[in-house]
Parts: sequence; C-alpha cells; structure tokens
Amino acid sequence: MTEYKSGSNLEKVLKAGHFAFTGECGPPRGANVEAVRKKAQHLKGCVDAVNVTDNQTAVVRMSSWSACLILKEEGLDPNFQMVCRDRNRLAMQSDILGVSAHGIKNMLCLSGDHQRFGDHPEAKNVYDIDSIQLISMVKKMRDEGKFLNGEQIDVPPKLFIGAACNPFAEPLEFRVYRLAKKIEAGADFIQTQCIYNMDRFREFMKRVVDMGLHEKCYILAGITPLKSVGMARYMATQVPGMEVPEELIKRLKGAGKGKAAEEGIKIAVEQIQELREMEGVAGVHLMAIEWEHRVPEIAKLAGMLPRPKVE
Amino acid sequence: MIVAEAKPIKEILEMIDGFNKILVVGCKGCVTVCNVGGAKEVAILASAIRIAKKKKGKDVEVGEITLERQCDPEYIEELRNIVQNYEAIVSLACGVGPQFISERYPEIRVFPGVNTRFMGGAIEHGVWAERCAGCGQCVIHYFGGMCPIARCSKSLMNGPCGGSNHGKCEVSPEIDCIWDKIVRKMMAQGRLDELLKIRPPKSWLTARDGGPRKMVREELVK
Ligand code: SF4
Ligand code: SF4
Repeated sequence: MTEYKSGSNLEKVLKAGHFAFTGECGPPRGANVEAVRKKAQHLKGCVDAVNVTDNQTAVVRMSSWSACLILKEEGLDPNFQMVCRDRNRLAMQSDILGVSAHGIKNMLCLSGDHQRFGDHPEAKNVYDIDSIQLISMVKKMRDEGKFLNGEQIDVPPKLFIGAACNPFAEPLEFRVYRLAKKIEAGADFIQTQCIYNMDRFREFMKRVVDMGLHEKCYILAGITPLKSVGMARYMATQVPGMEVPEELIKRLKGAGKGKAAEEGIKIAVEQIQELREMEGVAGVHLMAIEWEHRVPEIAKLAGMLPRPKVE
Repeated sequence: MIVAEAKPIKEILEMIDGFNKILVVGCKGCVTVCNVGGAKEVAILASAIRIAKKKKGKDVEVGEITLERQCDPEYIEELRNIVQNYEAIVSLACGVGPQFISERYPEIRVFPGVNTRFMGGAIEHGVWAERCAGCGQCVIHYFGGMCPIARCSKSLMNGPCGGSNHGKCEVSPEIDCIWDKIVRKMMAQGRLDELLKIRPPKSWLTARDGGPRKMVREELVK
C-alpha cells in the first residue's frame, strides 16, 4: 500500500505517475452557493483537483474554506488556498485544523496580493509569517504533530502541501533558488504562475531538472487561456514578470473578428501538449479565470480526458 | 530620524477654531532636520494663523517658541511660565512632543501640527524614505544590511515574492523592491548560501504587537 501524506485525489494521481490536470474556482462576491455549484459542475470529471482562491487580488469574497466545502459536496477534490495577508499565525493554524477536520486534503500556501490592490486598501496588512514560513508551519503541524510554538496537536491535520512559483519574476537568477527553498520548507507540489513564453519556461525547467528539484516535488505548469488580444496585452503589461510573446498576440489578432477566444484555446491546448512532454513537468494547472465552462472543452482537446481514477 | 510632514493649514485652523490665544511650539530635533517643525516653520504657521483669524475678524494672540527637544521633560518644563497665557498649543514635533506637553500641562488643550510618518532619512534633498519599523530585534545583517521588515511591503523574511517587477515592488512603481536589492547585493557578495537559509517566523513580541513598549536602563535610573 502506498503511504500518502493526505491521500487527496491530487496526491494519488501524482503518486501513481499520471500527468495531473488541476483547475481553479474563484468564490463569488457573496454567499451565492449556486454560483459555486455551477462552476463545480463544469469542472467535475475534467480535473484532478480545484484550487479555491483566498480573497484573490485582495478583493473580499466567500472564504476559500467554505467554497472548498461546497466543491467537496459536489464530489471534487478542493485545493484550499491560504494567503499570508489576512491572518496571523493563530488564525492560520486554526483554519488549517478546521479544513482538515472537514476532509479538505490539499492546501496551497501563498504570500497573497497586497491589500492596496484590492477593494479595502485601508485594511491593516498582517503578514505575520511569509509563504515559506507557512509551508514549514503546515509541514510541522502535519509531520511532527506540533503547532508553530512546539506544543502538541491533538490529531494533526493531513494536507498535501502546495506552493506557487513565478519563474519569470525578477530577480530571474534567484527564482529557481526560491523554488528550492519552498521545496526544502516542505512543499509537496508546486503550481507555477501562468506561462506564455514556452522557451523561457523550458530554460527554467532545465535548471530545475539539473538541480534535481523535480524529483523532490511535483511541478505543475500554470496555463491561462487568452480570451482576447486585450487580455494578452493586459497580462503582458499589468502582471509582474509576465511576458506574452508577440507571435501569440499576432495569432490572436490573425484569427479574425470574434475568433480570438477560439485561437486562445487552441494555443492553450498546444501548450498543454508541449508541457506533457517536458522533462520535470508533472502536470498542468489550468487557471481559466471566469471561464470554467470552457474547461471541459480544453481538457478534451488537450487529451486530458478521461481523468485517471486511483483507488 | 523621525520623519514628519506638515498638516494642511485648513485642518489646523479647524482644530483651533474657537481658540484665540494660541502657542505654536517647535522642536529643534528631527522635525527641524526634515524642515517641518523648527523655528522657521513655527514662524510660518504662526503668521498663517494670525492672517486667517484676522480675516475672520478675530482678535488673536499667537505665541512662538521652539524647544531644544519635546521628547524630554526637562525642555517641556521651559513652557511652565508661558502656558497660562494661552488657551491652546499647536505642537510641531513628532507625535511624542504634543503628548509630553499635554501630560505636563493637563489644563491646556494640545493639538498636533504635523503628521508623523516614519523612521528614516533623506535620500536626496526634499525626499525622505523609511528604513526601520522599530521591531525591537534588529536582523538586517542577514539581509545584506537592508531591512525587509520596514522596506518590503509584505515584510517577507524569505522574499522576494512573485510580484517583484524590474526592481520595483508590486504595490507601486514608486516603491523599490527591497528584496530585489537584497538578492542582488548578496549574490554579488557570494552569499547565496545565506539567502538559501529559511528564516524562521519572527517574534513580534518586541515590536508594537507585544503592546506599548517601555525601556528601563537600571544603571541610569536615579
Ligand atoms: S530589523 Fe527591526 S530594528 Fe532592524 S531596521 Fe528592521 S525594523 Fe528596524
Ligand atoms: S515586490 Fe518586493 S518589496 Fe514588494 S512585497 Fe514583493 S518582495 Fe516585498
């Protein structure tokens, strides 16, 4: 029998050696349960796990853990995201216990966007601990059964620990080392920032493989399909470190009126197929922002269906 | 030093509306250095108050004085024989000054004339930047001599975050990403191994988070 850290579907799929395919769900700006269920229906059967964002872009939304519970009821494997912006170490540890108590088995540890970007820029900025310290804290809670202060936990949480990585942010030469730090801290899997420049990502992965990091941790490459030329431009100019190669923008433009979205999906599908062959890449994380209904189609075209079932 | 900036005159006039005997108190410490609360600024504010009050047809008396320091009871004592001539005091010192004055002279109303911003210094003429958040346990030697607590928007001990952008912080192009500087400097110094160490969570007990702070140096206490 395989020894699992949490036994989440995502962990099982990865451990069995399958190429993982994960999705994302942004909770609604309200208590709209139906909105979450609807998104869940699109994703069901198409992905191995679903990331649930935590007040993404520092805008108040239904809490990640509660949307995770709804996804779980719908039969999905939620990936609970937690940012360091809004909670101190007490709140973090109690939420970690809480999600585990409710059977949530994946958790993604993030710094989080600064609140000045969001809808409550006047808010107090917490950052009691940072994302790498959060990873170690969850690992300590899970593997040693201890709180951050060293005290014993009565039934430790069981979570498959994830972290993010932006291979394109500066200072570039340090990014692979920061990834190594996250793995050393205890990340079981990594989901990268979305990739458009495949050449640069290939170079990054070569360094990852040279350092043997892919053997210590599962690396899932981030993909966000481009819906329009405007979105491509926005990504290229507004998202730090993001570079959208000119040829991609040309392809979207060349697709003709009303067809850019289809072309964007085509590009994403080609990327997924290419990533599947790339050494060290254990899966793809598809962030189809407010485009959950197109996920089944992308999954099918990319040859990701049916998703494996690991008992 | 402590860096402060002047409050808008409109705000000050609103505070002292209804008072006609006002003493403006400057400080020769940090606020003189950052050109906001020294003798010169005291004179400027005093005459602005006189003009504004006169316009409203009010007969006012505005006194001016600049103390050696307002964060020392010894100098605050110098106001002893003056305060009774006034109804209100506007202090141009950092937030410490007006509190020391009002503790010493509880019968008089004291107003802050500046906004105290941060602990930092002048990086060029007329430009000041933050350097320290007074965390109470200095660790800058781990970070190439730069403080990520005060200078990283997320106080990351294991930065930089994914938002670092061409040497600037994700929060604003006006803010340098201190982690970009830390990494570049330490890599240039051949200190990558130190950067690879995971820095554990900081204890904020010595910072403001542990409650208001007080320091006792026994050997100095009489
Ligand atoms: S580490 Fe603490 S004491 Fe040192 S500069 Fe930063 S905030 Fe100030
Ligand atoms: S961009 Fe740099 S300074 Fe800004 S929060 Fe991230 S690491 Fe800190």
